[in-house]
Amino acid sequence: MAQHKVNYTQDGGLPVALTSIDKIVNWGRSNSIWALTYGLACCGIEMMASGASRFDFDRFGTIFRASPRQADVMIVAGTLTKKHAEFIKRLYDQMTEPKWVISMGSCANTGGMFNTYATVQGCDRIIPVDLYLPGCAPRPETLQYGVMLLQKKIRANHASKAQKAKRLM
Amino acid sequence: MRAYTPKDNVQAKAYYTDRFYVSPQVPKQDVSTDAIFASDLAAISAKFEVKDAFIQVTNMVVYINASDIYGVLKLMRDELEYTQLTEMSAIDWLAKDKTFEIFYQMLSMNKHKRIRIKYFIQKGQAVDSVNELFRSADWSEREMFDMFGIEANNHPFMKRILMPYDWQGHPLLKTYPLQGDEFAAWYEVDKIYGKEARDIIGPELRDTANINRYDSERFARLGFEQPKGTVITGNEEPTVQTYQEDGGVFLIKKYDKDASKIVDDPQR
Repeated sequence: MAQHKVNYTQDGGLPVALTSIDKIVNWGRSNSIWALTYGLACCGIEMMASGASRFDFDRFGTIFRASPRQADVMIVAGTLTKKHAEFIKRLYDQMTEPKWVISMGSCANTGGMFNTYATVQGCDRIIPVDLYLPGCAPRPETLQYGVMLLQKKIRANHASKAQKAKRLM
Repeated sequence: MRAYTPKDNVQAKAYYTDRFYVSPQVPKQDVSTDAIFASDLAAISAKFEVKDAFIQVTNMVVYINASDIYGVLKLMRDELEYTQLTEMSAIDWLAKDKTFEIFYQMLSMNKHKRIRIKYFIQKGQAVDSVNELFRSADWSEREMFDMFGIEANNHPFMKRILMPYDWQGHPLLKTYPLQGDEFAAWYEVDKIYGKEARDIIGPELRDTANINRYDSERFARLGFEQPKGTVITGNEEPTVQTYQEDGGVFLIKKYDKDASKIVDDPQR
């Protein structure tokens, strides 16, 4: 038995919160955005830096997962080659709904400087993208900002209503 | 987008129009100037026909017949101490004289010497694999097949190595367009969604000359984003970035921008 006294009647001290289902579901979703470990090129280095101690993604609840079945957001960090295109679609399909996609950097947005036969000219040709981050490569601050905007986008959803799954076509 | 011009003929044309222009040549030395190379060449030419041999930038270049390659490399590995095949590939001379030039770069760690074995093959002709002599030839010959379409006989796994197995075309040929042919342009769409999706997804946007000066104003500058389709007049108010809704967020501490420290020292 704890010896200290908890003043439950103090301001904000009550262990009870009244809210709506939407808000609490969205709170859970937006503050535990587990990201798929998906570094494809040099943007992956910035993504790793975002996850490491200096920029500390954990404080957003963003934890990198090695399996698409445990991930909520796919951060496409790097150049998407045509050989890899079928696998990004497969990984996206394996993620459970609701799911989001952040296209990180010029290569994932538009193919970037790789205007060649072997590069997909934008990953939105394969999967639906929620957020495009500019930069080559974007700094970790940009990725954090993008995650905060994604949190805002998630909070704008009505979690209690059935959501239409995002599909490219 | 710059119009595509056929590259079939581009090698056959003279690059320089100046009639007095002399293209720079790497100086060639006679093999007899180097004792080690001279004895190596004597050992090779005793058993195989040597078409040409010279020294270029401390490397001896030896031209042989295509059918002799396995024997020459076996001789060099077993008797001449050239124990490493550091690199091999092909050069596309199809436009010039309808041939591929195949080269094998050999290294002797004992002699501190490098020899380049070369020969020509016709288009469609296969080469003999040297995979049994040098394991490094395994992937190199696969890459040569992938990039040029030159097959290697007796190779254990003659498949593409860089491009997907169902790719069409050989990208390092001079006639292959840099931005891909029609198969390459629709590869991922055809494979994942089928050809009927081409109309929905649309062609690739590869126009590097297309610069929208408003992109940086509405897209790339944090704090000045505008929604897509906004008519930019140039006097837009900066978009105040709010990470949280006005009423605050449930269970989340209210974000106060003024209370946060903004680090603006780039040398921090």
